Amino acid sequence: MSHESINPVAIKHKYFTPGVIGLVIIAINGLVFLMGRFFFGIGAVTNLNNQYPWGLWIGVDVAAGVALAAGGFTTAALGHVMHREEYAAIVRPALLTAMLGYTFVATGVFVDIGRWYFIWHPLLMWNGNSALFEVGICVMIYLTVLYIEFLPIFTERFIGRVNLPGFLSKFNKPADKLLRVLDKGLSKTMFVFIIAGVVLSTLHQSSLGTLMVIAGPKMHPLWQTPILPLLFLLSAVAVGFPMVIFESLIASRSLKLKPEMHVLSKLGSMIAPLLGIYLAFKIGDMFIRETFVYLAEFNTASVLFTVELLFGVVIPLRMFLSHKVLKSPPLLFIAAGLVVFGVLLNRINNFVTAYTPPYATGSYFPSFGEISVTVGFVAMLVLAYRFIVLNFPVISLPGKQTAAQTKYTIKGGK
Amino acid sequence: MSGKSRRDFLKTTAVIGAGITGISTSTAKAGPKNVLSEDRMGVLVDTTVCVGCRNCEWACKDAHELPAGKLEDYENREVLKSKRRPDTTALTVVNEYSPGKNSNLPVDVKVQCMHCDHPACVSACIVGAFSKQENGSVIWDTDMCIGCRYCMAACPFQVPAFEYDKALNPLIMKCDFCFERTKEGKLPACVNICPVEALTYGTRTDLIKIARDRIKRNPDRYEDYILGENEVGGTSWLYISSKKFEELEFPKLGTKPAPGVSETIQHGIFSYFVPPVSLYALLGGIMWISKRRKELDEEVK
Repeated sequence: MSHESINPVAIKHKYFTPGVIGLVIIAINGLVFLMGRFFFGIGAVTNLNNQYPWGLWIGVDVAAGVALAAGGFTTAALGHVMHREEYAAIVRPALLTAMLGYTFVATGVFVDIGRWYFIWHPLLMWNGNSALFEVGICVMIYLTVLYIEFLPIFTERFIGRVNLPGFLSKFNKPADKLLRVLDKGLSKTMFVFIIAGVVLSTLHQSSLGTLMVIAGPKMHPLWQTPILPLLFLLSAVAVGFPMVIFESLIASRSLKLKPEMHVLSKLGSMIAPLLGIYLAFKIGDMFIRETFVYLAEFNTASVLFTVELLFGVVIPLRMFLSHKVLKSPPLLFIAAGLVVFGVLLNRINNFVTAYTPPYATGSYFPSFGEISVTVGFVAMLVLAYRFIVLNFPVISLPGKQTAAQTKYTIKGGK
Repeated sequence: MSGKSRRDFLKTTAVIGAGITGISTSTAKAGPKNVLSEDRMGVLVDTTVCVGCRNCEWACKDAHELPAGKLEDYENREVLKSKRRPDTTALTVVNEYSPGKNSNLPVDVKVQCMHCDHPACVSACIVGAFSKQENGSVIWDTDMCIGCRYCMAACPFQVPAFEYDKALNPLIMKCDFCFERTKEGKLPACVNICPVEALTYGTRTDLIKIARDRIKRNPDRYEDYILGENEVGGTSWLYISSKKFEELEFPKLGTKPAPGVSETIQHGIFSYFVPPVSLYALLGGIMWISKRRKELDEEVK
């Protein structure tokens, strides 16, 4: 058995700080508008109409959400499939981000579809031709896989520590036993889920790109291309590590921990080639389809395309090539943040900016309610993340590598 | 890791692979009904004949149990001053444009679902609620709909509409080619009521012949073009006109079916689940090798 020199622990820190209270307020504001959507219909809260059927919720909550949760499968591929154990410390935080990210993607879909109570229909009613069906099914399965992958963290937290309140306390022993059985079973079969998670991710990350291909000429030629699925996959792979760096640095600052620069720098050094491949395909596609002519026009589409490419890909690509950037937490944070911003903008551009219906009487801009719900979801995600890392062994403390620990070990068992 | 668990590993991988391939056979067939019958029906809209009486709008609402009001109210031509689109309150609308060639009469154009031969909505619908029927109509099963509105994003003619103001049971709505009426041998409501016979109901093949014939006999009256003959692979509804169709605000579309590229990609990625299963096997192999290498390293130590 291989050994990891990491020791993930529940971080000791108080939950509420002024920043956290701010997030709670943002989350509540989002929930208020969310209630409006469920009581009065989608039209009451959003600026969506028959011309613009999809808006911010699909572009950000779903499309960008899936892309930015890509850290889960890229680190799983690196840490588990390729067995690069030096990255073990970031696998759990990335897994948590992916699990929460996909939970909110699913919630985003639930909120956006008009007949939310039929969200289970795709499980029974199949349309193999539909890219959306593919995305839907894959996301459902992957979400389940992510929860299974997270289970060992749950069992680790409670094995030997089950303490049910009141009369339930007589179930302490059986519960503990159950957890141990679960843990033992999981440690033997986990590789199945880990590989499945990577396969499912490559499938739906790319199919998300196929979604808008069918809109054909309704989509601006700067973005509409038959290689959209490839571009979506490549950008998702490229944004995985930057997202892990981005949130790791935020978390260590917020929880007053030392940033894990030894891991993050190494992770950062892999980003430039990944961004480079994405950039090459993006530019190549632009020249093959000769869409650069649209960049000569000055309009929202050309400006946003340029911003997406320049600030989201080219500049961070150059930054990640520099040793100075890789060694400096603030610079690394900026570079990673730019990639995250670039992919976020790319997904917004693909689903919102590029969409130009033939009979548009106006353009679409999200309503205050739509923005509130999206921002509220992000706030809830951060709050949930904070709660979990304070109560479950997710983050590894640098310099506290006391016990060498076996992968999926069975604590107290045997 | 012991030898036994390595064997387990391979066994489990194989079982899962077999499981996924097992699913593939049923998935390959899964998909909505999409038939292209030889004698599918269509409607030829002769915009040079239409007088903009909007009786079709009333008849359509009446046939689909939408609030229709009184037929006399439709004589009011004020509404024709602005351009309208079909929505959840009216599945068809008539728009008016300035006169075409050799005429001083305005051009009136009835708008509704085109009932494509290769419909984007049928391909896109996440639950396969849409279908192309033998008689040419593109209809959908409301009970299956989850309200995702992908059909709206996909439709090249921007036709399906959604009830955004309803919190419960919002519907996707569009022209259904009067599927219930034609099943009973009746004409579509709009065709039935049209007082000037601007709408001709017949098999699509016949309609194209009729359209060609009209254009040939009256070259001064018509532009030499049948809209819908080849657009996005052909549509059941066809238009002829005294004006270029761009001037009548028809979207400029190619002749390739709208779902073509998307379905090719989709089926490429999932051709009988070979690519995903291969990827699974490949990753399994890498995982096994890297695990083993680590073990050997440790044994050496």
